[in-house]
Amino acid sequence: MAIWCRVSSRTIANANHMRKRMNQGFAVDVNRASGFSSASNRGRPLFSDGNRRHLNSLPWNRATLVWFQRFKSTLAEKQQDPFLSSDSDEDHQSLEFPGGKVSYTSEMNFISESSQTRVPCYRVLDDDGELIPDSHFQQVSEEVAVKMYSKMVSLQIMDTIFYEAQRQGRISFYLTSAGEEAINIASAAALSEQDIILPQYREPGVLLWRGFTLQEFADQCFGNKADYGKGRQMPIHYGSKKHNFFTISSPIATQLPQAAGIAYSLKMDNKKACVVSYIGDGGTSEGDFHAGLNFAAVMEAPVIFFCRNNGWAISTNVSEQFRSDGIVVKGRAYGIRSIRVDGNDALAVYTAVSAAREMAVNEHRPILIEALTYRVGHHSTSDDSTKYRKLDEIVYWKNARNPVNRFRNWVQSNGWWSEQQETQLRNRVRKQLLEAIQVAEKAEKPPLAEMFRDVYDYPPSNLEEQEKYLRETISRHPIDYPADIPV
Amino acid sequence: MLGVVRKKMLGQSLLKIRPAVSMLRSYSSAAKQMTVRDALNSALDEEMSADQKVFLMGEEVGEYQGAYKISKGLLEKYGPERVLDTPITEAGFAGIAVGAAYHGLKPVVEFMTFNFSMQAIDHIINSAAKSNYMSAGQMSVPIVFRGPNGAAAGVGAQHSQCYAAWYASCPGLKVLTPYSSEDARGLLKAAIRDPDPVVFLENELLYGESFSVSDEVLDSSFCLPIGKAKIERVGRDVTITAFSKMVGHALKAAEILEKDGIDAEVINLRSIRPLDRSTINASVRKTNRLITVEEGFPQHGVGAEICASVVEESFAYLDAPVERIAGADVPMPYAANLERLAVPQVEDIVRAVKRACYRSVPLAAAA
Repeated sequence: MAIWCRVSSRTIANANHMRKRMNQGFAVDVNRASGFSSASNRGRPLFSDGNRRHLNSLPWNRATLVWFQRFKSTLAEKQQDPFLSSDSDEDHQSLEFPGGKVSYTSEMNFISESSQTRVPCYRVLDDDGELIPDSHFQQVSEEVAVKMYSKMVSLQIMDTIFYEAQRQGRISFYLTSAGEEAINIASAAALSEQDIILPQYREPGVLLWRGFTLQEFADQCFGNKADYGKGRQMPIHYGSKKHNFFTISSPIATQLPQAAGIAYSLKMDNKKACVVSYIGDGGTSEGDFHAGLNFAAVMEAPVIFFCRNNGWAISTNVSEQFRSDGIVVKGRAYGIRSIRVDGNDALAVYTAVSAAREMAVNEHRPILIEALTYRVGHHSTSDDSTKYRKLDEIVYWKNARNPVNRFRNWVQSNGWWSEQQETQLRNRVRKQLLEAIQVAEKAEKPPLAEMFRDVYDYPPSNLEEQEKYLRETISRHPIDYPADIPV
Repeated sequence: MLGVVRKKMLGQSLLKIRPAVSMLRSYSSAAKQMTVRDALNSALDEEMSADQKVFLMGEEVGEYQGAYKISKGLLEKYGPERVLDTPITEAGFAGIAVGAAYHGLKPVVEFMTFNFSMQAIDHIINSAAKSNYMSAGQMSVPIVFRGPNGAAAGVGAQHSQCYAAWYASCPGLKVLTPYSSEDARGLLKAAIRDPDPVVFLENELLYGESFSVSDEVLDSSFCLPIGKAKIERVGRDVTITAFSKMVGHALKAAEILEKDGIDAEVINLRSIRPLDRSTINASVRKTNRLITVEEGFPQHGVGAEICASVVEESFAYLDAPVERIAGADVPMPYAANLERLAVPQVEDIVRAVKRACYRSVPLAAAA
């Protein structure tokens, strides 16, 4: 190292001049460079590939300068070298690495862990449901707006009544979507019937929009004979092939890589449809989130990843879930176009999902939407969230930031809704739902034969034997198996 | 009369020893030789050609021609849309493949070894195996998970575990374990055509082994039924059940035993789930003695299930206690001498059979 102190100032000036010339990009031939050596450099390569910073630390002397001058004449020949760019003067600071060209800098700077300002959130209606002036949004017709609003109300009522039913011991479990009605309904409204839904579990509104009846919901919750799931799953694990709504599965985030796979399949079939997969803020911590988004980007799959950031994953607040600026910033890490939207603004959600769908289907790319919202209800009937958060926080979001009220104000301000219609709707839905529950409760449970079906496509002999054995046992011990249990 | 064709033992190394060829079924003459690797490759090729929905995905299956060259030539023939090189995320690509299967494609997912399938096991069990049942038939999963399983040679604990027992305990999955090239071709074709999720456990050391195959096996419509075991060697005195590499060991043990006047019947299970209990029990009812052989860990192994099944169904026919031979109850050691001790050898099978035939003192008494 001592040798560098001996470099004269004149040599340094010349060296800088040479460095600029060198930077015009010609190959540094390591073999050639090793031909020149001073005692200090013997055996050490003068240059590493493309790293011209070493030029600063060279022991400059006359021989060096002469050598460099000779080197200039080989400029043309070296331009073929694929490891250097020599396209234009502007490019003189860039390098080629696997993965493409990248410019370099001699100033060492770490990218900050967070930007000065958070990514802004797209909204169209203010907290009172008034249209913000000069907003961009997709207009909805009266018919669609009224349908959206009615479904949001139905979802609210459905949640309230099923929750009560669980508390009364009539169903074993329930999960509400309170506070997320706009996300549920508005996102569904922006899609087509052919778009395939892979839900997490807080999106029954999507099914509601697509025409799943209150009776069908009740049948699943009671696990009766009419349940499309044949009584195989816990309540709220809805699934309906005809509505393109994949059966809800409990492990978190597994639907994300599955969504990428289905989207790939749609692409291979040349379908004009996309996949929409939902996930909560907590679910983005799963490994499957990384795999799903990464793959979707690499495979150029038409999938919308819709993240409901409602602030809580059971008792884990987002501040304990991740340290990034929410989920939207993660999209860029995967090369995915992303947007942050006010999840309690039905019009904003509708517009964002419509635009996302266009891009996904026409450009074959994944899109990430982060909808900011708040989980007003407890995580489920197995949870009491007042144990880990303040009651007034919950009450504030339930009242002052209510998405249903907000959208109603907008619909009403257009003259499309009235108080009278409100009362009629609520009464009608409530009545229908209570009837549906009564019917579902009284309905027969699935027969024994269903227990052994669908394990495989075709029942194997060992299961047939087991069923036969079970039936024999039942007939031999009628006292243990009362007659009202359907077989 | 049926006999066993004796081949000269090459005796150089364990890997190069040829198995005895069974003459149980006499196909038409011109028997070709085919390695298990080629058998798998040809099966994949034919099924991909026959059905556009079949596609292959896994690490290194494309450009690299497959980590064990099983998918050689397929990328070139079918293109990157149908032979997908995946990033290193077993959980990721298993999930993606299940999604594709939900929508009607027929993925064949390769795990570089089944040891790595543990990183994807949630998708195999909770997304694939249970979906048809939990969705009440609305979501079927016609997927195949394949790759090498069990011990190789000198690869240590995290590359040597046998997963047959783990996967076979789960309802909703089918678990297949080919031994010969005929098995490899017939069972892989059956697996790809099957609408249920199939776990297809190959063996790295068998890839290079050659077996004769008849014209029937080479035909592109050839298929073996899932759930049927094959009697590799008919015998009278004792039933030896085995799968995958251990079938070769069992056949060699049978040759040795023949010299001592013990005529062993060797059953190649081929299918662990569903297990061919009727073939096994019929054999035990004939021979009255049972030895099960497997490479995997002894507790809750495949042998445990077979023994329980035989005790339940054919107890009165047993003339000797059932015995299980399994790998040592330790993570696989690396040192060659220790590795040899940790995996069943031919001599272990021979000794166990002799015990069952009361030709030597039972294990418990000897200890």
